[in-house]
Amino acid sequence: MTEEVFYWQALNRALDAELAADDAVFVLGEDVGLYGGSYRVTEGLYAKYGEWRVRDTPISEGSFTGLGVGAALAGMRPVVEIMTINFSLLALDAIVNMAAKVPFMSGGQFPMPLVVRMPGGVAKQLAAQHSQRLEQMYMNVPGLRLAVPSTPQDAWWQLRQAIRSDEPIVLLEHELLYFSKGPLDVTAGAPPMHRAAVRRKGADLTLVAWSRMVDLSLRAAGRLAEQGIEVEVIDLRSLRPIDWDTCAESVQRTHNLLVVEEDSGFAGAGAEVVATLGERCFFDLDAPPRRLAAEELPIPYNRNLEAACIPTVSGIVQTVKEMLEGGENP
Amino acid sequence: MDQETRLQMLHDMLLARAFEERAAEEYTKGNIGGFLHLYPGEEAVAVGVLHAAEPSDYVVSTYREHVHAMVRGMPPGVVMAELFGKRDGCSRGMGGSMHLFDRERRFMGGYAIVGETYPVAIGIGYAIAMRKLPEAVICFFGDGAVNQGTFHESLNMAALWKLPVLFVCENNHYQIGTEIHRHSAVTEVYRRACAHRIPARKADGMDVFEVHQATRMALDQIRQDTGPYLLEFETYRFRGHSMADPGTYRPKVEVQAKEKEDPVAVAIAETLPGYPTAEQIAAAGTDSITRMTDTMNAGGHLPGDTLQRIEAQVAQEVEEAVAFAQASPEPTMEDARAALDCNRGMEVLI
Repeated sequence: MTEEVFYWQALNRALDAELAADDAVFVLGEDVGLYGGSYRVTEGLYAKYGEWRVRDTPISEGSFTGLGVGAALAGMRPVVEIMTINFSLLALDAIVNMAAKVPFMSGGQFPMPLVVRMPGGVAKQLAAQHSQRLEQMYMNVPGLRLAVPSTPQDAWWQLRQAIRSDEPIVLLEHELLYFSKGPLDVTAGAPPMHRAAVRRKGADLTLVAWSRMVDLSLRAAGRLAEQGIEVEVIDLRSLRPIDWDTCAESVQRTHNLLVVEEDSGFAGAGAEVVATLGERCFFDLDAPPRRLAAEELPIPYNRNLEAACIPTVSGIVQTVKEMLEGGENP
Repeated sequence: MDQETRLQMLHDMLLARAFEERAAEEYTKGNIGGFLHLYPGEEAVAVGVLHAAEPSDYVVSTYREHVHAMVRGMPPGVVMAELFGKRDGCSRGMGGSMHLFDRERRFMGGYAIVGETYPVAIGIGYAIAMRKLPEAVICFFGDGAVNQGTFHESLNMAALWKLPVLFVCENNHYQIGTEIHRHSAVTEVYRRACAHRIPARKADGMDVFEVHQATRMALDQIRQDTGPYLLEFETYRFRGHSMADPGTYRPKVEVQAKEKEDPVAVAIAETLPGYPTAEQIAAAGTDSITRMTDTMNAGGHLPGDTLQRIEAQVAQEVEEAVAFAQASPEPTMEDARAALDCNRGMEVLI
C-alpha cells in the first residue's frame, strides 16, 4: 500500500479525506481555491468541494483566522491556511488571544476544532521577512498545540488528527519539505499525534531535531556512522506538547544531547529541550548538552550568507565530534 | 410591541442600571477585581437590540458586556458570581467581567481585545450561511473599535460572502479618554459601511424603542439573505471607561447634559400614562416629539404601581445576585486545568 509521494500531496490527500468525511470541515486562506494553493496543498479541492468549503480569502490574515475561530465556536471544523508563518504575525491575536483562550476563559464551554496550517523555515533566498521559523512563539502559549511533520507520512497522519481534534492546533510545515518525497501508506495506523519518533538508533549521542532539520541530522548520522560514531536521531514531530519520555529514555542511554534547530537559538525551542532534559537527566549526562542553531541574524538574501546562517550536515557532524571527543565547549 | 415585551424591556433597563451600580459598589469593596467596565447610560442599546433578536441568533460582545449577557437571559447571579471570580459564574471564574460566555444562550463571549468581535462574528456568520440556516449574528463594538484593521477586513468579507451579521456600534463618543473627533477622521461610523457596500443607518441610542425598531428592521433584512447590516447607535456612558478611570477628561456640563437624556428615564417616561407634559416635550427637544407622541398614543401602558413594583423586583434580584455570588465557592486549580483541557476528550496526545 506504500507509495512515494510529495509532502504536499500527503497534505492534499489528508484534506481531501477529511473534507469528504465531514461536512463541517472547510478550508480557507489566500489562493487556496481556484489557484490551488501556493504550494499546491489544496490542488483540486475547490473543483471538488465548491467555494464554501474551499474558500479563497482576501489578504486579511487577522480576520480570516479569526473567522476560523468564530466558525469553530459555531460547530465547524475550519482549516486555515496562512501562506507563510511570517504572515501569521498578523493573525497572532486570533491564534493566541482567541483560539488558545476562549475554551478556557469560557470555563470549558466551547470547542475549538481549529487547525492553522502554515509553512515556516528558510527556503531559497526569500530574504529576512520570508525566512523565519518562529516556532518558539507558538510553543509558549498554553492552550495551543503545535505539530511539526517532517515526512509525507506524518503530514498525512498529523493533519488528519489535527482536523479531528477539538483543540486548536498549529501545523507548522516547511517550504523546502513540500517538494520532498517519501513513503506514504494511507492504511497504516497513526501513532499519537504528539509522540516523538526515533528515526535512527544509536548509542553514543542523542540528537533531537524536527521538521527539515531531521533530514539533515539523519544525513549527518550516516556520515558519523562511517567514522564509528552511532548517533540516535529523534524527530520530535511536535513542539507542544513534547514527548519528554522518549527523549529522556534516549539521553539516559547515550549520555549526550545535541539539539539541532533551524531557528535562532536564543530563547528558542532548543532552549526548552535542553532545559527540560537538563533538569530531568542531569546526572545521566557526560557533557553539557548543546544546541546547534541558526545565527543570531535576520536571514540575509545573499545565497552564501543564507546557507551559512543555518545548521548544515557538516556542521552537525563537527559539533557531534567536538562533544564526543571532549574538546572545549565554545 | 406588546405590553409584556414593553414591561420586560423596562425591567431589563432597570435591572441593568441597578446591577451595574451595585457592581461598582462591590468593586470598591474589593469583591470584584481587575478591569470593570460599566454600562450605565448605554442600556437602551443592549435592551433594544437584544429584544429584537431571536433566541437562535448569536451574540458576540465586548468587555462592557454584563448587560448584554443579562438581557440575553443569563441570570444576574451567574453574572455577578463571574465578576466575583466564583465557581458558579458563567465562565466558572476563569473569565471575569470581560469574558462572559453562555453557550446555551448563544452568548459567544465578551472579548477584551478591541476589534476582536468582528472576526468571531463573521466566522459564526460563515457557519450559518454555509448551512443555510435562518439565524443571524449580532456583533457589538464601540466607536473606538472602528479603527482596528479587523473592522475593515471583516466588513469586507461579510459583504463579499453575504454573511448574516448585524454590526452594532455602541458609539459612546469615547475610546477610553479620547473623544471621537480626536480618534476618527469620519465621526459618523455608519458612513464607513458604504465602503463595503453594507447598508447602514444611525439611530438614537438613547431611545430604547427606536433602537428596537431599527434592529428589527435590520434583522428582517438580514434574514432575506441580503448580507450584513450596520447600525450605529449614539449613546453615552455616565461613568469613566472602567472603574480605574474617573472620567475627568469629560467636561462636567457634557455629562450632565447627557444624563438628562438618560435612557432609563426616557423609557419610564414613555410608558407612563399622561406622558409627556408640555415641559417634558420642551426638555426632550423637537426631534423626539413625534416619537413620544406615538408612544403616548399607544398609551396607558404603565398602570398603577407597575413601575414601583418592577423597581422593587429589580432591587431584590440584585440583592439575590450578590448573595449568590458570595455564597459560591472559589474555583480550584483542578477546575482551571479542566477548563483548559475541556476539549481533550479521550484523545491521547503522546
